[in-house]
Amino acid sequence: MSKSPQSAVDFAIHTRALNLWYGSFQALFDVNLDIKQGMITSLIGPSGCGKSTFLRSVNRINERLGYARIEGAIEVMKRNVYDPEVELIQVRKQVGMVFQRPNPLPISIRDNILFGHRLHSKSKGDEDDIVEEALRKVLLWDKVKDRLKDKATGLSLEEQQKLCIARLLPVKPSVLLMDEPCSALDPKGTEAVEELIWELRGEYTILIVTHNMAQARRASEECIFMLMGKVIEHSATEEMFVTPAQAETADYIEGRYG
Amino acid sequence: MAENPHSLDDFDRRTPDWYVDRLMQSLVFIGGFSAIVFILGIFLFVAKEGLGFVTTDFDPVEFFTTEYWAPSDEDAPEFGILALIAGTAAVTGLAMLVAIPFALGAAIYIGEFATGKTREFLKVLVELLAAIPSVVWGFIGLSIMNPLIIAVFDVPVGLNVLNAGIILGLMAAPIMTSIAEDALKAVPDRYREAAEAMGATRWQVIVKVVLPAAKNGLLGAVLLGVGRGFGETMAVLMATGHSVNLPTSVFDSVRALTATIAAELGETAVGSEHYGALFTIGIFLFLITFVINMTADLIVRGVRKG
Repeated sequence: MSKSPQSAVDFAIHTRALNLWYGSFQALFDVNLDIKQGMITSLIGPSGCGKSTFLRSVNRINERLGYARIEGAIEVMKRNVYDPEVELIQVRKQVGMVFQRPNPLPISIRDNILFGHRLHSKSKGDEDDIVEEALRKVLLWDKVKDRLKDKATGLSLEEQQKLCIARLLPVKPSVLLMDEPCSALDPKGTEAVEELIWELRGEYTILIVTHNMAQARRASEECIFMLMGKVIEHSATEEMFVTPAQAETADYIEGRYG
Repeated sequence: MAENPHSLDDFDRRTPDWYVDRLMQSLVFIGGFSAIVFILGIFLFVAKEGLGFVTTDFDPVEFFTTEYWAPSDEDAPEFGILALIAGTAAVTGLAMLVAIPFALGAAIYIGEFATGKTREFLKVLVELLAAIPSVVWGFIGLSIMNPLIIAVFDVPVGLNVLNAGIILGLMAAPIMTSIAEDALKAVPDRYREAAEAMGATRWQVIVKVVLPAAKNGLLGAVLLGVGRGFGETMAVLMATGHSVNLPTSVFDSVRALTATIAAELGETAVGSEHYGALFTIGIFLFLITFVINMTADLIVRGVRKG
């Protein structure tokens, strides 16, 4: 893969001088990042370092709060998502998100999978095929194929989180944002979801926030370390964990704070 | 043992706090228990007074299916409450047609769109509206709605189903708004966030996610409004025209079950047939509102659990 910044297709997310304030509190300082397409990039750093804030500004879900203000730009697939001409709906279609706590809607498994699809595509398509394909992709099909009409909220947490990933796939996003997707799961569930995320790489650009450094190490290809709203280091995961370039990174990885 | 300053005797020592605690427990118990006793007492009283009529002169078929209410006719008094049931049902039905859109709209605006000060202000305003005495609403019906209806629709009388329905709808809307807003608030925010993150507009979030998730609570709100409509007396007495009538249009004057009791009970001889018949209406109203409120309560509870 070429690393030259001119070959634009290689970068799924590109930010320029991104600053973000919650009211008068500045949460992000001049974030400049190039996140490679088709890779799993993890965001690590101590609580309050801005990693979730950054993640949540890529699909503009931060705007729900009403008091977040942003300067600079985030380009997803070459389009600045903060361009006034860009429609929010299209951003959300292009950029899927998985939350910390699995949040399937209180409707059937099948309707959950089709929720996004029905919002974005006017033609019905073959809904049965769409459901099956999405559920097969997240390895849930065999488990739930006989109870697609059951409420999704009755599934185990691990299954719920897989479903939350599966329901993003039918609208064919290019980027998946994951905000500590395993933190509500037990070790077995964590392993299963991590494996699933690993399977999805290549096809989707995945940006994953994690508190768990071991998870970042085993489940991502590139790693970004943030501290106090600033990006300290961005390199290949192996490199960061073996030979961190910055002293702060080394201290954090070795557990001296955070 | 004697050297230990904290002898075992301390364990039996009762401080004033202990007595206060005991006293308060008893008081609260008596308070809670007496509420139940009073309610049962009221029910037994109404039942006893009505039962004399039910067991002697009561013909359920005549009572519920004829529309002739002439209890003070000396030769052949007639006790048919069909017209009164129809009057109450017509007014309540129209009231719900008025109240549901208002209440639902207000609840959605307050719960999903309004923020900060606007929201707090509106909530206080709704509570304030719910506290307007019903006689004031009745007065509005008599003195404002009545001439208005006569002028607008060119009908001889403005005290009718339409008048009472609108007044009762406006009366029931605030409490329905309040309960409906609670139901919307009970929908976890992560559902909204999930739907928005998938690209739903706010309206789609409300229609496809919030309303379906809150539907039981909303149904409970409507049922409580219906219960309110059945039980309301004063405003209905003043705005319906109070004439026994099977309504065929919204411009017909009617009479409600509650209003009949309120208007006639003071002028009947205690223990007479008429007196018993009024209490039988009371039992009937009691049962209806009990069933409606119970259903609403069960539905709303179901929401909390589910």
